[in-house]
Amino acid sequence: MFYSISLYGALIIFIIGLIYKIFSWFSLKISVDSKSGSARFLMAFKGIISTIFSGRILTLLKVFSLDIIVQRKLMQEDFVRWLAHVLIYWAFMLLLLMHAFDSFITSAIFPNYSPTINPFMFLRDLFGFLVIAGVCLAIYRRFIRRAPRPKTNIMDQYAIILLAIIMGSGVLLEGAKIGSYAIYEDMVEEYAALDDAEEIRPLTVFWVKNFGVVSPDIKGPFENELLEEGKELHEMNCAGCHSRPQWAFIGNSVAASVKGIALGLNKAGIHTLLWYIHFLACFIGLAYLPFSKFFHIFTSPLSILANSVMNREDSEIVNIETRQALELDACTHCGQCTSRCSAGIVFEEINNINILPSEKIQSLKKVASKKDIGKEEFLLILDGTYLCTNCHRCTDVCPAGINLEDLWFSMRENMFQRGYPEFSTLSPLSYYRGLMQDTMPEEGYKKPLVLARNAVTAGYNLIKDQAKGITITKPEREFQDLLLSSQASTFRECFGCQTCTNVCPVVANYENPKEILGLLPHQIMYSLGLGIKELALGSNMLWDCVTCYQCQEQCPQGVKITEVLFELKNLAVQHATKNI
Amino acid sequence: MKFALFLGCNIPARLKQYETSSRAVLEKLDVEIQDIKEFNCCGYPFRNTDYKSSILSSARNMALAEKEGLSIVILCMCGFGMFKEAEHRLKENSTLKDEINIVLKKEDLEYNGQTEIKHVLSVLYHDIGIDAIKEKVVKRYKELKIATHYGCHALRPSDVVMFDDPVNPDLFDKLVEVTGAESIYWQSRLDCCGAPLFGVNDELSMDLTKKKIINASESGADYMCDSCTYCHLQFDTVQQMINSGHDGNHDLPAILYTQLLGLSLGIDREILGLGYNHIDLSRIEEFF
Repeated sequence: MFYSISLYGALIIFIIGLIYKIFSWFSLKISVDSKSGSARFLMAFKGIISTIFSGRILTLLKVFSLDIIVQRKLMQEDFVRWLAHVLIYWAFMLLLLMHAFDSFITSAIFPNYSPTINPFMFLRDLFGFLVIAGVCLAIYRRFIRRAPRPKTNIMDQYAIILLAIIMGSGVLLEGAKIGSYAIYEDMVEEYAALDDAEEIRPLTVFWVKNFGVVSPDIKGPFENELLEEGKELHEMNCAGCHSRPQWAFIGNSVAASVKGIALGLNKAGIHTLLWYIHFLACFIGLAYLPFSKFFHIFTSPLSILANSVMNREDSEIVNIETRQALELDACTHCGQCTSRCSAGIVFEEINNINILPSEKIQSLKKVASKKDIGKEEFLLILDGTYLCTNCHRCTDVCPAGINLEDLWFSMRENMFQRGYPEFSTLSPLSYYRGLMQDTMPEEGYKKPLVLARNAVTAGYNLIKDQAKGITITKPEREFQDLLLSSQASTFRECFGCQTCTNVCPVVANYENPKEILGLLPHQIMYSLGLGIKELALGSNMLWDCVTCYQCQEQCPQGVKITEVLFELKNLAVQHATKNI
Repeated sequence: MKFALFLGCNIPARLKQYETSSRAVLEKLDVEIQDIKEFNCCGYPFRNTDYKSSILSSARNMALAEKEGLSIVILCMCGFGMFKEAEHRLKENSTLKDEINIVLKKEDLEYNGQTEIKHVLSVLYHDIGIDAIKEKVVKRYKELKIATHYGCHALRPSDVVMFDDPVNPDLFDKLVEVTGAESIYWQSRLDCCGAPLFGVNDELSMDLTKKKIINASESGADYMCDSCTYCHLQFDTVQQMINSGHDGNHDLPAILYTQLLGLSLGIDREILGLGYNHIDLSRIEEFF
């Protein structure tokens, strides 16, 4: 009764969770011009049908076998991880089908099925052993042989703990049952055609000797005659559906190691307790599945399949958004992306966890589901998401087939809507976005650039307000000293010949360069000499410098002009970040 | 001769032909290549916003190569410039070097400045040599006029990169001429391609690109030749964007040097990835 109630309870929670998740795939706002949920659902349905009834079904079948069943991407990338994962994945699936669903599946295929007979008895332990081996390997990989940057979060720990409880309680339960005299008595009562205590005695002797049962009164050594008799009774009554427990090699070794205290355990009803733990852990796992990391058993295959037949050029843009919402759920937090991330090393210098792709996707899930995110956290997510070189490596190695690069791209544009400046847009990290500008409206494309440019020069009005005039005061030494490198301090050597400005291709590009650029290169060097921070940090020239080094190369005084500009840009970003 | 090949971020993602053509050319010229899977970004894109991040990125790459006892060959000029800059900074500033090494230590890496940093053109010119290349050339271009584009970050700052004479370089021209093509003189040959500002200030970036294309065209070039990831994206992908806009047609196809040389060495055009360029290159073989 309790079993059925908890099973159906877990199933109901599981189904509600599943519906909630599927609903979110059609409602989460990922792209800037998001469509309604029903439009997305219809379009997805159309897309799926047209894919299934086309040549692309062959691609899907191939991907299903190679990338979902065999997981070749993972095998190529990291063999140990692949081994750990397929051990857990394949063996757990087999355990699920053969053991957990035995009353639906196994008994339907094998009419003589009984969990206590071979090959099922042996296979259950074999699969269990493989899962445990996989879990041990996973623990070793994640906690002992730690890669430098990937992180383990509470969800990963929960997954491993739950799996460990299910497997551990199963193994202990089997061990407790093998030695249990009460279970033995139940079996005799139910299956053996023996009533008389004297009749049962030889059978008990046989089971105590060979099947690991620990009896309160019958102990060895045994007479051969009695054993022979017991063997006969065993073959008549039990052998048809009970193999020797030695075949259940894990449970049997547990039974052997607790043999001394088996009677006490039996009395305490430990097998009943373990049974409750075992099935409740399974049901908790089932109920929590849509909200846990284990949900990836559904979502990762869907993501792999969807990505094998979709791309930005040919697919409906609406469906891309739905796929990306699904992808947020398909991440297993395995950390493969982070260990191969081109920009991951920067995390050691800029302490923002959102630089790491495996952490970024967790934060973006929050952003997409519009959870209340404070300004400070939001800015970190935005900054971490932009600190990406678009090298595509995360996408190439993701075992869940998530097109991470494209997800970052969509979510960046989504986040720009909130109107906060992102200063990395003023760096070559924007190159990829530039190449992709035809995929977005012009206004949306330019907005973040204007925003960042305005914000980075916001505090410095001296250049904009020319009528104000400059008051010459004592040079701001502290500011001058902020230029850290010995290269940057070469601005002191400038004697004002203007060669830098004369050779600058950016200056040469404009008829009235001062109007556009604010200050020209030589004027920036002057401002530094005079120690006027507002002038040096506020000019557009800093952000329009192409870093071609012509100025620096030709400076007769050896002023490292381009390097000075680089350091001024760093300082301007630092100041502006504080003032957002 | 063995090098660790540094591809950077853009080549594997959107310039595969540069990788395949470089590998094929280097193999043909008996250069052995080792791939280091753990390489990360060169650091160039972080220079505007966080200098130390850029130095750390470069230093980690150099430490990885150092661990293997290899020199690094780089295909991109911006990457090359970044590595040289980091090398220069770490040499002059031992405090910075110590700080960087504390971070690298976490991964059992250490930067000691033992790794030599080379651009692929330097390897071809200095390590292999014009004569050795000449011996392997099987087809020579006839009457092909090439506008050779040097790229800023290989030439300047000259005291840091030490690639060639910054005012009157000829290393790249000689490499072009080994294929039988003529490397023409054009006024803006040492100017910037515009790439560093693409995505930041497109108008300015494209203005600079257009100026160079027009100058090369007017100087009689049939093709532009470059040897840098960003320059090539600019002269190929971005030039196509310029041309498809309402800004007239300056169509001057750009070819990567490894593609130009590869054809001359008799390497298959499929391997050289000629078809991956946005602006059609197919007519270049008519010059043989």
